Amino acid sequence: MIRIHFSLRTLLPLLTALLAIQTVHADDDLAAIRGELDALKAHYEARIQSLEQRLASAEQQLVDAQEASAVTPPEPDYAGSTSSYSAAGNAAAAGNAYNPAMGVILNGALRLYEEDPDDYIIPGVPLGGEAGPGDEGLSIGESEFVFTANIDDWFYGRVTAAVEQEDGGFEIGLEEAFLDTLAMPANTTLRFGRFYSSVGYLNDKHPHAWSFANQALPYSAFMGGQYGDDGIQFRWLAPTDFFLELGAEVFRGSNYPAAGDADDGLGTRSVFAQVGGDIGFSHSWSAGISWMEAEARDRSSGDEDDPLHFDGSTEFYIADFIWKWAPNGNIRDRNLVFQTEYLWRNEDGDYLLPGSDRLQSITTDTAGWYAQLVYQWRPRWRVGARLDGLNLEDPGASFLDTPLDPMGDDPLRYTLMFDYSNSEYSRIRVQFERDESGLENNNLFTLQYIMSLGAHGAHAF
Amino acid sequence: MYYRTLLTIALTVGFMTAPCARAAVQVFACEPEWAALATEIGGDRVEAVSATNALQDPHFIQARPSLIAGIRRADLLICSGSGLEAGWLPLLLRKGNNPEIQPGKPGHLMASQSVKRLEIPAVLDRAQGDLHAEGNPHIQTDPRNLGIVARVIAERLQQIDAANASSYQQGLAAFEARWNEAVAGWQQQAAPLRGQRIVVHHRSWAYLINWLGLVEVATLESKPGVPPSAAHLGKLLDQLEASPAALIIRTPYQDAKPSQWLSSKTGIPHRALPFTVGGSPEATDLYQLFDSTIRTLLDGIRQ
Repeated sequence: MIRIHFSLRTLLPLLTALLAIQTVHADDDLAAIRGELDALKAHYEARIQSLEQRLASAEQQLVDAQEASAVTPPEPDYAGSTSSYSAAGNAAAAGNAYNPAMGVILNGALRLYEEDPDDYIIPGVPLGGEAGPGDEGLSIGESEFVFTANIDDWFYGRVTAAVEQEDGGFEIGLEEAFLDTLAMPANTTLRFGRFYSSVGYLNDKHPHAWSFANQALPYSAFMGGQYGDDGIQFRWLAPTDFFLELGAEVFRGSNYPAAGDADDGLGTRSVFAQVGGDIGFSHSWSAGISWMEAEARDRSSGDEDDPLHFDGSTEFYIADFIWKWAPNGNIRDRNLVFQTEYLWRNEDGDYLLPGSDRLQSITTDTAGWYAQLVYQWRPRWRVGARLDGLNLEDPGASFLDTPLDPMGDDPLRYTLMFDYSNSEYSRIRVQFERDESGLENNNLFTLQYIMSLGAHGAHAF
Repeated sequence: MYYRTLLTIALTVGFMTAPCARAAVQVFACEPEWAALATEIGGDRVEAVSATNALQDPHFIQARPSLIAGIRRADLLICSGSGLEAGWLPLLLRKGNNPEIQPGKPGHLMASQSVKRLEIPAVLDRAQGDLHAEGNPHIQTDPRNLGIVARVIAERLQQIDAANASSYQQGLAAFEARWNEAVAGWQQQAAPLRGQRIVVHHRSWAYLINWLGLVEVATLESKPGVPPSAAHLGKLLDQLEASPAALIIRTPYQDAKPSQWLSSKTGIPHRALPFTVGGSPEATDLYQLFDSTIRTLLDGIRQ
C-alpha cells in the first residue's frame, strides 16, 4: 500500500512536467527534451528506489522489535514500589468486602440398621443431650452455617448455626457463637460466648471434621455427643520451645451432662493442659489431660417420654493422645493418624427413676474409651478403623432392672470406614459398624456425604 | 513463710510470662525463602525459622502444635500470602496468642502483597480447581520480586527493632548491590531459555516463566490443585506430539511419576527445579537457588 502511494506521489510531478513541456515547447529540439526527460526519469527512479529500500528496512526493524518484545519481560520495576504494601489486585474495599467469611456444610446420609434405632439404649447409661443413633433411611441430618470474621484488632468472632428437621418443622440452633481475643498480653487469650468445651480432643470438633460418620461411644454416652454451653475460657501458651497450653473454663451449666444452671449459672468448670511437638519432619503428636465438673439440677436423660431425673455432680478426667505420620510432612500424598482417648466419669448425686417418687442416691465410676487409626494411602482416599467401648460399674441392688443397671454388659463397637474426597470441600463416605453396646447387637451401614460451600476455615491439628 | 511462698510464685510467674530478653528479632517464615531473605538483611540480628521445608507443599500443611509454639514467640511473620497458607496460617494466628504478628501490625508481612501478581482470576469458581483469588502466590521464582520484598522486610525490621535501624539499612544496601548484579548475571545466562516451550506440573512457575520469557504450554494438573489424572495425561500426550515442548518441570515436593511418564512417552526431558532454598542439594542459599535453577533449566533444554 505504502509503496503504491509513494510511487504515485513521485510520478505526479513527472506527468505535469511532461504536459507542460509538450504544450509550451512543442517545436523545441526534441533531442534536448528527451535528454532532460531521461535525466528526470533517472533521478526519480533513483529516489523511488532509495525510498523503497528505506521503507523495507523500516518494516523489517518493526518486525524485529515486535518479536523481541514478545519474549522480553518488562525490566524489573525497582523504582516506585518501595513503600506500597498493597499493590496490584487489591481493589478498593466496597461495602461487602468486610462481610464475614461465610460457609455452609451439608451433611446427609443413608443409614441402614438391622435393629430399629428408636429402641436403642445402652443398659446402665441413660443417654442425654444429642446422643443416639442417626435417623434411619435417607436424611439430610443437620446443615451448618458458619460465619467468621475479625471484628477489629482485639476480637475475632464466629457463629455456627445448625438447621435441623425436628418433629415436622425446622429448628435453628445456635451451636456456637463466640469471640476470641487477639491482643491479650503474655500469650494469653480469652474466649467467651457459646462454644464447645476444649476438654478432651473430640469434644470441640464439629461433626464434619470427624473421621467417622458418628461420634465415638464415650462422648455419646457421657457428654450427650459433645458438651457446649454459654461460658468463658482462658488459655495460656507457656513460653517454651515446645507446645504447652494451659486452659480453664467456666460454663453456665445448661446442657447435658450439666443441667439447671446450677451454682448461680456457673454450673460447669474445667481445666485442661495440652502438649505437643514434632519428631523429625514426618511425625507429630499431641497429648492432653482435662478435668471437668458439671453440676446438674433436675437433669433429664434416657427415654424422652419417661425420663430419669438427676440432681448432683458429674466429674470427668480425660486423657487424649494423637499421633500423625506423613512422609516429610506432606499430608496430601499419604498420612496416618492414630487417635485415642480415655474418659473417666464419676457421678455423685440422686436419681429420680421413672415411675418412682423417691430419690435414690448414687455414686458410680464409669469409663469410656476409643482408639482409631485412619490411613490415607493415596491422595483423596482414606480407610479407617475404630474400636470404642465403655467400662460400666454396677450401681447396686437398688438400681436393679432400672436404666442404670448395666446388666453385666460392657458395651463395645467395631467400625470400619472408607472415604473419598474429590477436593478439600467434598467427601463421600461408606461406613460399616458392628454395635455391641445396646440391648441387641446391631449391624449398621452408612453412606454419607459432607460438602462444604463457600469459605471453609482450616481444621485444627 | 507465707510471704516467701507468694514471692516465689510471683517471681516464677513473672519470669515465665515476661518476654525473654533476646538479642535477635525472631522471624517466623512460612516458607524457606523468606527466612533466608530475612537473614540476608538482618544477619546476626535476626533468628529466622521456617514453618515448612523445601520438600513440603506449603498449600497442605497442618497447624501442628510445634508451629503454634513457633509463631507464639515471633516478632515478625513473613509468608507468601495470597491464599497460599489459607489452610493453616489463620489457625496459627489465632492459636499462637501473639498480638504482634496479627494482620495490620508491622510484624505481619505477606510478601506477595508488595509485588505485581500474575494470574489473578477473573472468575472464582471452585469447579475450576484451587484458585487463588489474589493471584499466583509463588512469587519467589522471580528474583526481582525478592529484591522488592527485601526492601519491605528491611522496613519492617527497622520498625520492630528501631535501635538497630541503621544496621538493617546497611544490610539491605549490601544485599541489593550484590543481588542486582546477580540478577543481571542470571538474565544473561538464561538468554537461551527465551521462548522455550515448557510443561509444568502445577502453576508454580508463573513468575519464573515471565522473568525468563519461557512459554508455558501445558500443566500436568487438569485444574490447579487436582492431582494429574491418566485421562488428562493422555490428552497432553496427544497435544505434545502435535506441538512438542522442550522441558517438563516440577517442584521437589510434587510427585515425579506423572512427569516421568510423560517424559518417557514423548522424549521430552523432565527436571525438578529447587523452587526454594533447600530444594536441591546445591540450593543452599538464595544465590545458589537461582544458580541451580538456571543451570538445571539450561541443562534440561540442551538434553
